[in-house]
Amino acid sequence: MSAASTPAPGIAAAPVASETQQPKSGLSRIVHRYPPLALGATLLAVLMAIAALAPLLGTVDPSVPSPINRTLPPSASFWFGTDMLGRDLYSRVIYGARVSLTVGLSVALLASLFGSIIGFVSGSVRWSDAFIMRVMDGLMAIPPVLLAIAFMTLTRASIANVILAIAIAETPSVARLVRATVLSLREQPYIDAAIVAGTPPAMIIWRHLLPNAVAPIAVQATYICAAAMIIEAVLSFIGAGIPSVIPSWGNIMADGRALWQVKPYIIFFPALFLSVTVLSVNLLGDGLRDALDPRATGTL
Amino acid sequence: MLLEVENLQTSFRTAAGFLRAVDGFSFHVADGETVALVGESGCGKTATALSLLGLIPPSQGVIAGTVRWRGTDLFALGDRAMRDIRGKEIGMIFQDPSASLNPVLTIGHQIGEILRRHQQLDRRAATERAVDLLDLVGVPEPHQCLRDYPHRLSGGLQQRVTLALAMACNPKLLIADEPTSALDATIQAQILDLITRLKRSTGVAILLITHDIGVVAEIADRVMVMFAGRKVEDAPVADLFRSPRHPYTLALLAAAPRLQRSSGNESNQGAGSPAFGASRISASGCTYAARCPLATDLCRTLAPVVETKAQQHFVACHFASREASAA
Repeated sequence: MSAASTPAPGIAAAPVASETQQPKSGLSRIVHRYPPLALGATLLAVLMAIAALAPLLGTVDPSVPSPINRTLPPSASFWFGTDMLGRDLYSRVIYGARVSLTVGLSVALLASLFGSIIGFVSGSVRWSDAFIMRVMDGLMAIPPVLLAIAFMTLTRASIANVILAIAIAETPSVARLVRATVLSLREQPYIDAAIVAGTPPAMIIWRHLLPNAVAPIAVQATYICAAAMIIEAVLSFIGAGIPSVIPSWGNIMADGRALWQVKPYIIFFPALFLSVTVLSVNLLGDGLRDALDPRATGTL
Repeated sequence: MLLEVENLQTSFRTAAGFLRAVDGFSFHVADGETVALVGESGCGKTATALSLLGLIPPSQGVIAGTVRWRGTDLFALGDRAMRDIRGKEIGMIFQDPSASLNPVLTIGHQIGEILRRHQQLDRRAATERAVDLLDLVGVPEPHQCLRDYPHRLSGGLQQRVTLALAMACNPKLLIADEPTSALDATIQAQILDLITRLKRSTGVAILLITHDIGVVAEIADRVMVMFAGRKVEDAPVADLFRSPRHPYTLALLAAAPRLQRSSGNESNQGAGSPAFGASRISASGCTYAARCPLATDLCRTLAPVVETKAQQHFVACHFASREASAA
């Protein structure tokens, strides 16, 4: 069905085809070709809107305790119920989206940046390769959660420190990927062709290697974003992450864990949001991986 | 003299030690001359071309000998000076056109980059020149092509584009490494026609690397036959086809597919690739001895040197003259 309704780019560009066939806009073509990409992007956009509009969407101040309304089940006035201090869970979960998305996106950005720089140096400067990669291997030998916990014990709990700790823990995976990509790209005949054309090394990295490495880095960044949100929740859950006064999904679940057998909704809602967010980011990553392969799609 | 190569030796690092891919190869290319370098796979043709342009990184191999480009020693040049020669004075095209174009950059981007670097053209002048170039190499609708990504072009068009890239700065020498091997027969003929046309219109000298003796006959002025890293015969194209003197050249010519070949006359070439093993490690003796029907003890112990056997006709074989009279 999709094959029949989506014209090949070459045909769509030809004047004959555009007369007989309704040309599709870029957006609907993406939806048709890459359903996961569209679904993931939509979900993520909704979640980002929720996070951005949290003060408007939240019904009450998420950090004001209300002892009279402790551990109420979901109802018309408290949509997701209340926790043991009587705070509105709906508002807390909405505000929690800010923390998760901030951490996820910041970590993805920072880890991609650090990892790309390290990977490009390692892949391009032969003598530094062995040393850099052994350090990265050493970091990778420690599970990211443990590494992040270790970093957090060295610093004060704050969102910035959580972001930095997770970014450091996730950097080696990007560095490895970028190094491997650079090493395989270096062997491509078009790199030889660029050298033969007299292109200076800096230009070869900037104009030829980097654009070819963007797709794998972008895909890896989405997976890191998802992983970072989970690690953030884990850190908050065990009390090593975001300060407990800031509502984050991990903190909310940590608060609710003592009561989870009798009041499961305290954990259920933040967990549901976390799952949906991680799923949407992973869908986005899968979709990007397909969409960013120029040979498979015909367009960039 | 445009290009003079003396005693070029290129060795690759392998797990088993150094492999001598090019073993004391000397040749020259004159202004406007088309020289073909023929030989079977693995004989060192491509390694020769890559060595000339300094494309073999020290981590992979060691190069010795001298290469003089219009009198200057290329190996003594610094990186910057070398980059000015690459692309500007010497252009190169490769076997697989689809792999030698960057998949994520448009054609216009790739041609423009070279023009802006070597000829200091601004964006608009570069675009105009790029259109002219694509027109020159016979790309239909050059304006559209500039905006296209390489994968949207056919193999033949891609090779035309790589030719446009190589010819962008009017080089004095074009190195064409198996330019038609990845293309099908009709496209091959078109690309060869195009190369011949470019040669006539621009006067560019060509070093054509190929294993296809038919291609050689079509466009070369002079032919060098290479075997196991050494030059075994070097002659003007007509001479080589009329009176080949080295037994390996004879075998190559006999192996070329031909219409109306009488049956039972298939090439008796001897099996195997040009001996990466024993014969390349033992320094003494003729490298072709193991496959040569004329080989004697002399061949196995003493390597023949390149000698003049007729005017402009150089052969490295102890029995070259006898072979010629026998043939």
